[in-house]
Amino acid sequence: MSTAIDVQNVIKKYGQSTALQGVSLAIADNEFFTLLGPSGCGKTTLLRCIAGFEDVTAGEIHLFGQNIASLEPNLRPVNTVFQQYALFPHMTVLENVAFGLRMKRVPPEARRARAGKMLEMVHLSSFADRLPAQLSGGQQQRVALARALAPEPKVLLLDEPLSALDLKLRQAMRVELKQLQEDTGITFIFVTHDQEEALTMSDRIAVMSQGRVQQIGAAREIYEAPVNRFVADFIGETNLLEVQVERVLDGIAQVILPGGHRLTCPAAMMAAGPASGAGRHHLSIRPERLRLTPSGPLVAEVERIVYLGTDLHLLARLQDKTAVTVRIQNNTREGLPAPGTWVTLTPEDGAARLLAD
Amino acid sequence: MKGVRHYPGFLALAVGCLVILYAPLAVVAAYSFNDSASITQWGGFSWRWYVDVFTGPEAERFGAAAWNSLTIAVLAATASTAIAVAAAVAMVRGGQFRGRTATYALINLPLMVPEIVTAVAALIFFTMVGITTGYLTILIAHITFCIPFAFLPIAARLSGIEEVYEQAARDLYATRAQAFWLILLPLMMPGVISGYLLAFIISLDDFIITNFVKGAGMETLPTAIFGSVKQGIKPNIMAISTMMLAVSVLFVTLSYIANRIGQKTRT
Repeated sequence: MSTAIDVQNVIKKYGQSTALQGVSLAIADNEFFTLLGPSGCGKTTLLRCIAGFEDVTAGEIHLFGQNIASLEPNLRPVNTVFQQYALFPHMTVLENVAFGLRMKRVPPEARRARAGKMLEMVHLSSFADRLPAQLSGGQQQRVALARALAPEPKVLLLDEPLSALDLKLRQAMRVELKQLQEDTGITFIFVTHDQEEALTMSDRIAVMSQGRVQQIGAAREIYEAPVNRFVADFIGETNLLEVQVERVLDGIAQVILPGGHRLTCPAAMMAAGPASGAGRHHLSIRPERLRLTPSGPLVAEVERIVYLGTDLHLLARLQDKTAVTVRIQNNTREGLPAPGTWVTLTPEDGAARLLAD
Repeated sequence: MKGVRHYPGFLALAVGCLVILYAPLAVVAAYSFNDSASITQWGGFSWRWYVDVFTGPEAERFGAAAWNSLTIAVLAATASTAIAVAAAVAMVRGGQFRGRTATYALINLPLMVPEIVTAVAALIFFTMVGITTGYLTILIAHITFCIPFAFLPIAARLSGIEEVYEQAARDLYATRAQAFWLILLPLMMPGVISGYLLAFIISLDDFIITNFVKGAGMETLPTAIFGSVKQGIKPNIMAISTMMLAVSVLFVTLSYIANRIGQKTRT
């Protein structure tokens, strides 16, 4: 599989502040790739650097082998779906969709046909002669998609395109977007702060924070094998326990849990090496992988039980006051401990994971 | 909170202001339909002074002056609007450049400088560089003082247009020029029209500067009216004034409507 976009050591500075601190990542052709992170992490800046709306301070961006980092946006064969859609309000839906083709000097007949086909693809053929203002948010979103796909870009960039839609529509659009990506075979780079969106659609996800890529991997990989505290905490819910590390060898760590019990668990590998040997570090255990057991390595006092429908959350505190959450499936009608009682907890095999800071 | 209408004395104050501002205009407009030659005694309704404006002894003089006023207003409004569009794009889209605040002040300076000072300065300037005063000097002067009037609504409109539209156009393979002509300018159009109409009316109405730089034998409508009034106010002056008032009201209203339409189409 060839590489569609190869970002190499991209640095972006705005005056004194640095938005991207040397980002490198390779996105394969045909991939649905997501840039995920909290606001201000640099994901949108990176997307805008690829589109050409921002100059990079240093580094290169290759599109199928060609360095495009210094090209004007109109000379880059990538198209963008904007967060606010940015449909041209004075043009009809059809004119909007045909705009890119018109700029590429596609003859009027051919571009009308192509734009009409794109509208058909997003189920908006009957809206071709309307103005964008006469469309609902979801319909505008589809027009924006059709407009960006019409000129057959090599890569489609999507800047939080679903964030303005309501929940039901957003969920429907996720499926549709993924379908569209598979049908067209175009590489999608999708920016979002919504982890659920990222996990459901992406082939691979790059988790970003503070201008750096923290981890790149498939949804399952970043959820089950986060490399550091940020990723573990940002993706899903987790319990972070501060532990004393005795030794780390070949990616297996021996740690002392709060309360004194020893535990052997996998340790996240950082580029710099294993989690720096002995010292105090954090252990991540997902709430759904902690069990209430008659005996176990962790002892906690139950504070309250939160009812969530399919699940229950048991909120408890260890002796050292660390809060822990245990997720229990809502199918046991008995045996739930009352608040104030002490319980023992056991992580499932392989559920605990030592993290880099 | 109570509305402003409930403040004591609001009604009296409002009526007082309206009377002071508009009573003289109302009198002029009413007496332009006066059948009598007197400007103080009502002699019944008549169109005779309007007929007099177009056919009377001064008709030729006023006709020439009106033609000058009209052509100067069209040319000055067109030129100043073009300059104002360029200035607005530079000021609003140009980012932070050195001297930005100073430039902004310079563009708007003609609004602050007393007209008589601009008038004297313009006359001195034209004399110094050796341009004979006449149609051309009036036009140049009008273009300069019309720029801020055209600039303000255009810049206001432009700053309300998000940059993302131009970016979308660039993203879809439009050059900078295409993004401007096909996307930005159409979106700016309500502001441009509003600015054009404002510049037009400012040029049409100007007296002080025009009077200084017009040179001998050259008249615009306001200077012609002034010249005529010096020999005593006749009712035909009231008829001309009323027609100018009507044109002004029409243009200001159009400018307002253009702005309102613009607000509705803003996305």
